[in-house]
Amino acid sequence: MQAYSAWNLFTHALRGHKQWPEAWRKRAPKSGYDAIIVGGGGHGLATAYYLARNHGIRNVAVLEKGWIGGGNVGRNTTIVRSNYMIGGNTPFYEWSMKLWEGLAHDLNFNVMLSQRGHMILAHSADQLHAFTRKANTMRAHGIDAEILDRDALLREVPYLNDAPDARFRFHGAIVQRRGGTARHDAVAWGYARAADRLGVEIIENCAVEDFIVEGGRIKGVETSQGTIRAERVGLAVAGHSSELGRKLDLELPIESHVLQAFVTEPVKPLVDHVIAFGAELFYLSQSDKGGLVFGGSIDGYNSYAARGNLPIVHNVAELACAVAPCFSRLRLLRHWGGVMDMSMDGSPIISKTPIDNLYFNGGWNYLGFKATPASGWTFAHTIANDAPHELNACYSLDRFRHGVQLDEEGTGPFPRLH
Amino acid sequence: MLRINCPFCGLRDHHEFTYGGDATVERPALSERSMEAWYQYVFVRTNPAGWMQEYWQHTGGCRAWLVVERNTRTHEIGATHLARDRITEVDRG
Amino acid sequence: MAEQFMRLPHGGRVDRDNPRRFRFDGDEFQGLAGDTLASALLANGVHLTGRSFKLHRPRGIVSAGVEEPNALLTLRSHSRTEPNIPATMAELCDGLQAKSQNRWPRLAFDALAINDLASRFLPAGFYYKTFMGPTRGAWMYYEPWIRRAAGLGKPTHTADPDRYEREHAFCDVLVVGCGAAGLAAALAAARAGRRVFVLEQHAVAGGQLLSEPADSNAEQWRRACLDELTAQPNVTLLLRTTAFGLYDGGVVGAVERVSDHLPVPPADTPRQRTWNLHAERIVLATGATERPLLFGNNDRPGIMLAEAARRYLNHFAVLPGRRIVVQTNNDSAYAAAAELAAAGANVHVADTRANLDDTVIQPAAAAGATIAPASRIDSAQGYLRVEGVTLHGPDGRHKRRCDLVCVAGGWSPNVHLAAQRGERPTYRCDLGAFVPAGLPDDIATAGAVAGTLATADAVAEGWRVGGEAAGTDAGEAIAAPTTAAAPGYLAANNTDVGEPRPQQGKVFVDWQNDVSVKDVELAWREGYRSVEHLKRYTTLGMGTDQGRTSNINALKLMASLRGQDIPTTGTTTFRPPFTPVALGALAGRRAGPHFRAQRCTPMYDLHCERDAAFVTAGAWLRPWYYRTHGHDVDTASIHEMRAVRENVGMVDASTLGKIDVQGPDAAAFLDRVYVNGWRKLPVGRCRYGAMLRDDGFVLDDGTTSRLGENHYFMTTTTGEAAVVMSWLEYLLETAWPELRVHVTSVTDQWAAIAVAGPNSKRVLEAALSGVDLDDGELPPMGVRDDVCGDGLPVRLLRVSFSGERAYEVYTPAGYGDALWRRIEAAGADFGITAYGLEALGGLRIEKGHPIASEIDGRTTLEDIGLGAMDRGHKRFVGDVLRHRPALAAADRRRLVGLKPIDPRQPLRAGGLVFPNSARVEGHGIGHITSVTWSVELQTHVALALVEGGREREGDIVDAVSPVHDERLQVEIVSPVFIDPEGSRLHA
Repeated sequence: MQAYSAWNLFTHALRGHKQWPEAWRKRAPKSGYDAIIVGGGGHGLATAYYLARNHGIRNVAVLEKGWIGGGNVGRNTTIVRSNYMIGGNTPFYEWSMKLWEGLAHDLNFNVMLSQRGHMILAHSADQLHAFTRKANTMRAHGIDAEILDRDALLREVPYLNDAPDARFRFHGAIVQRRGGTARHDAVAWGYARAADRLGVEIIENCAVEDFIVEGGRIKGVETSQGTIRAERVGLAVAGHSSELGRKLDLELPIESHVLQAFVTEPVKPLVDHVIAFGAELFYLSQSDKGGLVFGGSIDGYNSYAARGNLPIVHNVAELACAVAPCFSRLRLLRHWGGVMDMSMDGSPIISKTPIDNLYFNGGWNYLGFKATPASGWTFAHTIANDAPHELNACYSLDRFRHGVQLDEEGTGPFPRLH
Repeated sequence: MLRINCPFCGLRDHHEFTYGGDATVERPALSERSMEAWYQYVFVRTNPAGWMQEYWQHTGGCRAWLVVERNTRTHEIGATHLARDRITEVDRG
Repeated sequence: MAEQFMRLPHGGRVDRDNPRRFRFDGDEFQGLAGDTLASALLANGVHLTGRSFKLHRPRGIVSAGVEEPNALLTLRSHSRTEPNIPATMAELCDGLQAKSQNRWPRLAFDALAINDLASRFLPAGFYYKTFMGPTRGAWMYYEPWIRRAAGLGKPTHTADPDRYEREHAFCDVLVVGCGAAGLAAALAAARAGRRVFVLEQHAVAGGQLLSEPADSNAEQWRRACLDELTAQPNVTLLLRTTAFGLYDGGVVGAVERVSDHLPVPPADTPRQRTWNLHAERIVLATGATERPLLFGNNDRPGIMLAEAARRYLNHFAVLPGRRIVVQTNNDSAYAAAAELAAAGANVHVADTRANLDDTVIQPAAAAGATIAPASRIDSAQGYLRVEGVTLHGPDGRHKRRCDLVCVAGGWSPNVHLAAQRGERPTYRCDLGAFVPAGLPDDIATAGAVAGTLATADAVAEGWRVGGEAAGTDAGEAIAAPTTAAAPGYLAANNTDVGEPRPQQGKVFVDWQNDVSVKDVELAWREGYRSVEHLKRYTTLGMGTDQGRTSNINALKLMASLRGQDIPTTGTTTFRPPFTPVALGALAGRRAGPHFRAQRCTPMYDLHCERDAAFVTAGAWLRPWYYRTHGHDVDTASIHEMRAVRENVGMVDASTLGKIDVQGPDAAAFLDRVYVNGWRKLPVGRCRYGAMLRDDGFVLDDGTTSRLGENHYFMTTTTGEAAVVMSWLEYLLETAWPELRVHVTSVTDQWAAIAVAGPNSKRVLEAALSGVDLDDGELPPMGVRDDVCGDGLPVRLLRVSFSGERAYEVYTPAGYGDALWRRIEAAGADFGITAYGLEALGGLRIEKGHPIASEIDGRTTLEDIGLGAMDRGHKRFVGDVLRHRPALAAADRRRLVGLKPIDPRQPLRAGGLVFPNSARVEGHGIGHITSVTWSVELQTHVALALVEGGREREGDIVDAVSPVHDERLQVEIVSPVFIDPEGSRLHA
């Protein structure tokens, strides 16, 4: 009866939908748990779900200072893809993609994974060569990838701005057909509901105020709802990692930046792919509701304000019109900001920490949403085994000290440039 | 839009400036051989939520590097100095 | 029926001498200048204007402003198609075409109205619970249908033909909103002599005063204020201009709809203009919006906000209905009731309150309206237009026929802009409304937005706040107008939102997104109880109207379900823009060719004349190849490469970054910045150098020349020029201020031409008369500033990128054109060939010089074969972290050359390197960075980064390109394919 299906939707409809249970139960914290996940965003909820499902650790609490899914999982541009080239990124994001492909069934919650194809436009022969390396790397990892030449690209997306006087013309594109979008809120709610059914307790309006560390080992947390003890604690609070890290004297290679996202009024189907510009950071798709959803680069200065400023607003509007001049008459409905962990190499951290049984998940840069399933999967593994999964071994907190920088863009240790 | 008061050029819009990051991280002397010291300088950030001192360069103006006090929660801008002056003051102090 | 049969013979502010013809869904109608599309439609008795988003229920005009949730139309056609424009905001121009949306085949009969019948199967969030089977990827089959059903208007794929602008302006006081409070504030600031900007989103300034009759005292007051304001030179009044966002630093984003009220923008006029207004002080006088009430079928066409009905009556002289039921829970509806009755309509007022104040209701009663206390609408009847209502009062239920229902649910201050910069709005129980809170010092509010609804109070507040913003005490306020409007905030205990559980019909909270009371209840039941969860789960308030008419009623419902008060329940975050803004307006002139600034070298025109094909390199346009040399890039570049190898070629090298370094400590500075040393470099010589980032990876490379004891001339790569310049300035100003060095970018000051090939010296001797090019005077890596016999200044560097004898000739940018022509003319006898970037790249690959493809921000000195540069006897940037273990690992990928075993087979840039015959799985052992056809070796050659590097020389490995389905055997060789001894430099 509680399962989501067309049949149950039908039978509930006959009863006026008055018998649907809570998607996740409202809980007050117990005095202790086997494991606590701090942060009820996509990553924290996914971690709790996989702890319960993959590792049988069900006496778990997810502590969320506000309402679940209120951070970046509910603020992003919903793009899902696995077209990464450097080191461990390639297999990690592909594992995430594979999990995405089964997620609605795993969670019994329609996350609306739309594999409509993700393309990055190339504006010069050299750029297309760089994309060729990326595509080849993907193919060598068993990931789908295509290189479109200019003619094939314009056949598929004829409304691109190919005017002779366009500032950046198109030489082709790299396409991942399995890439696309997913419904962002549904990911948080779906993981929450599925974790709840496995016994995980989701506690909202419960802010972690301090940590209990005894003898170099984490023992629990102090929260706005009292002391909660735990054998293991995982932090998944990207955007605010440094604020919690400070309470633990963790040294973090992270800055918080604001990233804006944008949506236009809903219109009938106009854009059938996820399209990324090649000359500057810009990505666009159309939501199922009809709004064009797009984003650009971070505002470029440290911020915890969750709201951005006009220069980026102008910038992304210019970029939208540069991609296709027909977008010019569409109207921006809303723009908002999210606070992001920007790491020193543009890649995330899923790692043990210098404190025993304390685990860290953060530094997601622009990558957090698409990584959600694999992040939860590998973070749960790391917490359950006190050792990383082979997929996140490369994302250790101390990699910079050893000289490992997973720098997809080659921009160096400057968070604002990734 | 952030507006920064450049000591040379006056109050100017954000788009004239380029961000340079945390100005409180202390660059080790060139003679410093400790990898740890350089690691701390290049990679570790306190990332404060609130008032912060940071570098901005007036790239679209006089090109001076500035130290700007700015609140990362409110985006309020406080005092602005030339980076060169600040270092000189520290040296004198 | 007669045209404009609902237009009253007198009154209003429309221009009766200027009729306007327009089309709606193909039918032709007539309106008047000064109409909106909505008022013109109502004048013709048309209420039905659209279908709702999900259930496709018929919908009509609800409001007279930006809060319109229903009457969204597609305006114009073809490349000027604009979907989702509220009819209430579209000014009528002659020939305007409007179409209803989201219906098929037509508005009055819409096939998807079946959704309404099936609505019990489509509750809030139903899509999260289904469409998951039968297979894992099933959503991909459902999605196209859902996408087609969703969305509102149909956009065009054709390019927008119109032009937009962006403008910056500065003022002392910015007043947003031009109603009674805004006018008073603007006047106070203007009289104090401040530079004042006043923004009004409508075509006519006046705000709520426009709902007063056109022959009223309020109208005289409005006109007097406007006359004074527009006469002031220090005041800029922008009509049709919406402040859409408040940003940091007192900056307000606003969009001015310059030409949208005209059929097409005049030739010299943009369609819209975005303003970035920098204001010292901001006064928000953004008014308030009336709320609807809940009852069954409260969405039927012909159900309208009471204030809107009054606006149509008094401003547009349109009677929106003849038999009217007014449902209210507060006093503000009585002005509308009285005026509608006076205009000849049959008016019945159902007031939810039991005890009514006689002074409030008396004018309506006097005008002939009947008034029923403690009476509420249970539900409405009718489908395409409301036909009647079931009223429920002390005397039981009864039906009443009507053709218009006016709803008055109290007022919500327009806190949106204030909430963008301030804290979340706070709920004032005495007003039953949210008001702005926690505003920064530079922002103030006045009038209805601040909770001050009575006109006289609003004027007084506006006057005071305007004076404060101007930095003066404005003294006694100007006299306020008398208005018929009564304050419309709710009494403290009045949280009556109407009848959420009627005997029949659906009750809509959010009209545009079809969110009903049952949806809110379902969200609550399933635990989506925080306001943000409610919003996201039901899509409440996420429509183009941003929930202006729905949010507070939904909050009240959720608060009562949660058993909490409204302040505890809270509001969602208010995000810009205030109303939707065209992307083109935000982009302004940065569209098409002007999207980004483009840099051209001083010889750009010459390249165009010579039919160059250009390539974009960062901001630069550079010749890629010359079409005169071949029909495509491969043919042409091979021709150009051959010319350099066998004879002589010339290339525009002006894009190189150039930095002048001067000062007593210049050598010491370069020693710190570069890996290699500079102190011993003699004057008149240059040297190749590489610099690292602090983290030990290579930042950039280039040649730097010593022009004098304390004077160096640095060149950087084209791509990194700006980065290196900022980096040098950063080091000098933040790290080493004690160094007496000054750096200056001179990239744009110099044009540069590289002349390369065995005949290069001969050509230059002929071209540069009087300049001694003797190898003794200018040996390899020699540098000299000189002047030709006729005065042409040149700087000569004997450096080579191609491996041939070559010179870089610099001249002040203004002489670039002359220098090119001169070399070209002198070279004609030798058959000199201009070459482009493709040939330049091919030539350097043959010599194994790394560029951006190899120096990609992830390579170390050793990776690109420059490890020997660090002799270990001085300190330089990056020299500590470059020794981190992973940077020094033996298995790093290092620069090698690759040659196919079968010389006929092509290599692919972007290919991967795998061990011979190994399975193509994972990252392999290397990747190809650059490929060219070698004119000399008559085969493709490639540079690659391969694990083990040159220790593997002689190994046979496989170059694979899975996307091309290609695999071929290659030999690892030295990256220097030709002339490893460098003898040709002297040829």
